[in-house]
Amino acid sequence: MTETPLGFWGLPLALAGGALRVSAPYLFVSLGECLTEKSGRINLGQEGTLIMGAMSGYGVSYLSGSAWLGVLAAGCVGVVFGGLHAWLCSSRRVNDVAVGIALMLLGIGLAFFLGKPLIQPTAPRLSAIELGSWSHFAPVRAALEINALLLWGVAAAFAMRFFFQRTRWGLLVRIVGEDADAARAMGYDANRVRFLATAAGGFFAGVGGSFLSLYYPGSWSEGLSSGQGLMAVALVIFARWDPVRCLWASLLFGGAGAIGPALQSIGIIGGYNLYATAPYVFTLVIMVATSSARRTIAGQPAELTVAR
Amino acid sequence: MTAGSPQTNPTPAIGAHTRAAGGEWVARLAVGTESILVPVAGIAVSFALFGVFVALAGANVLDVYYQMYRGAFGSWFSFQNTLLRAAPLTLTALCTALPAQLGLVIIGGEGALVLGALGAVVAAHTLEGSSSWAVLLGMGVAACAVGGTWIGMQGALRTLRGVNETISSLLLNYIAIGIFKHLVEGPMRDPASLNKPSTRPIGEANALGSIPGMDVHWGLVYGVIGCMVAYVLMRRTTFGFAAKMIGGNPRAALLSGLPVHRIIIVACALAGAAAGLAGMEEVAAVHGTANASLIVGYGYTGVLVAFLARQHPLGILPVSVLLGGIGASGGLLQRTEHLPDATVNVLQGILFIVILASETLRGRFNILTPPIQKTQRPAAAAPPAAA
Repeated sequence: MTETPLGFWGLPLALAGGALRVSAPYLFVSLGECLTEKSGRINLGQEGTLIMGAMSGYGVSYLSGSAWLGVLAAGCVGVVFGGLHAWLCSSRRVNDVAVGIALMLLGIGLAFFLGKPLIQPTAPRLSAIELGSWSHFAPVRAALEINALLLWGVAAAFAMRFFFQRTRWGLLVRIVGEDADAARAMGYDANRVRFLATAAGGFFAGVGGSFLSLYYPGSWSEGLSSGQGLMAVALVIFARWDPVRCLWASLLFGGAGAIGPALQSIGIIGGYNLYATAPYVFTLVIMVATSSARRTIAGQPAELTVAR
Repeated sequence: MTAGSPQTNPTPAIGAHTRAAGGEWVARLAVGTESILVPVAGIAVSFALFGVFVALAGANVLDVYYQMYRGAFGSWFSFQNTLLRAAPLTLTALCTALPAQLGLVIIGGEGALVLGALGAVVAAHTLEGSSSWAVLLGMGVAACAVGGTWIGMQGALRTLRGVNETISSLLLNYIAIGIFKHLVEGPMRDPASLNKPSTRPIGEANALGSIPGMDVHWGLVYGVIGCMVAYVLMRRTTFGFAAKMIGGNPRAALLSGLPVHRIIIVACALAGAAAGLAGMEEVAAVHGTANASLIVGYGYTGVLVAFLARQHPLGILPVSVLLGGIGASGGLLQRTEHLPDATVNVLQGILFIVILASETLRGRFNILTPPIQKTQRPAAAAPPAAA
């Protein structure tokens, strides 16, 4: 990628390729968070779940020799973390935001603890699908390499929109998120629905983590995730709690995350640390632009405390 | 109803009712006992869970506990090491605890700390050649100003724009660290620092000294004073009362004519100033320069300290010593038990979760809270009779 014959055109190409590569974790975490938040709770622990998923996915892939088994294991770990969040929050007086922060710290600590022996070995990675084989240019081919997991994520986004809009269970999740008392009056257990929604949301975040360690960057290290799980939570607000909009927003965030490496690829190296903050700045700017002190954001589940 | 703010605290109500009933001290004793017993039990449960965890990881549990005790409080040397780590924690914990009085969950201590450290270094370089008192004062003021602006901005975004302060403060931590690394590895880098990019040292003469008779620097005293000032401010002044009102019900506070926006921004700025001061003290007393060694998670541990202390400014002091001790014992665990350095983070995570979960136990022990049920109705009926 360093020697590009395309000159300046290498930048948008690297951005697009980066967006395709970097966006999958955002997509999965934001879909999971979307499901969780639709049920009326916010899980800031998704960052911890993401890192635990990355570590356990890599570990299982290394031990079993199958990368897809690793993805599944990462999802299961995510279910455990999501379930833990929901279980803790179902008690009286337990604050979901604070529990999320605690789970974030616990997830990071646990992943670093258990992941120590995994830094050295190489695990089997997920294979890539080459969409750019028609091109003779190596950079084009490199940029258009995508992963089957991303396609699953795209499918999941549309499936989740269908779930919310057209199915009985989706409606139930929305009822609980809009008015838990109404759901209770209808005879549904709000805590149970939230438990299932948060656990399923954790599954998505775990799978997103396995993408980090098994595809891009494709190895386990302690600096693997730096706030992607967190940005995904902000991204859900930006996407106004719609799974398909989460998909577009993830691609946009992925592009922002690729600015630093893309500039490096065309030879601009100075200020790398500043470009690396681009996704955070971008997220913050979007949050400031979409929030308002006077009204709640359109589409926000009423039970949610995130944007009170 | 499902997820109340962390400040939903019934204690004032209990006090009010029993004062009418004439049993104030019973209620105070009950509430006091509960607010000590529940966290202590929580800490005990956390250590038990941690014991199970390290046992599963193949370590000798009793030995781990013993080494932790030895590394944290076992000798005068290790206790001083504990206090060294507790010093910045007292200040970063205030960064979460002060906004918490207003119902805000701010996690931005890490960012305010590193930027405060940068501000302190810039001040030290600007005032080079002045007396060491002037330099230290300048460093402190600069660090407080930078940290205060950083967290004050988050408060302003929250109150003026409705931006969720928890997420924005976490994002701003990453941004602050990015700015810090950019400046330390770029424009502010001392060419003499080869392996580890650092700024130019502030100079031996300007270092923050030790408390007489100890190897602990004066930063610990800053922390103790900071917590005491925060306590007086929040419990004994009209500003603190207004802040509590906003924490209880922002709309009611607005309706009663309080300058809600201004109070939120000022409280956040004070919180940021505390965290910035932690950065200054780390630079002036420990590192002598600003480099990546500052980014060791004091900001995040401070959040845990604040929650463990239930956001009580004076409660922060013992809890920082406890958490400082856990941090200090990490090195010994690595050496003697061959446990990874993340062991401490696991214990912190378990502590955090157990303490949050233990909130639900509050008010469930009848022995500890007799006055609630018994006096509520008569007290509610009393005012008409008294009037």
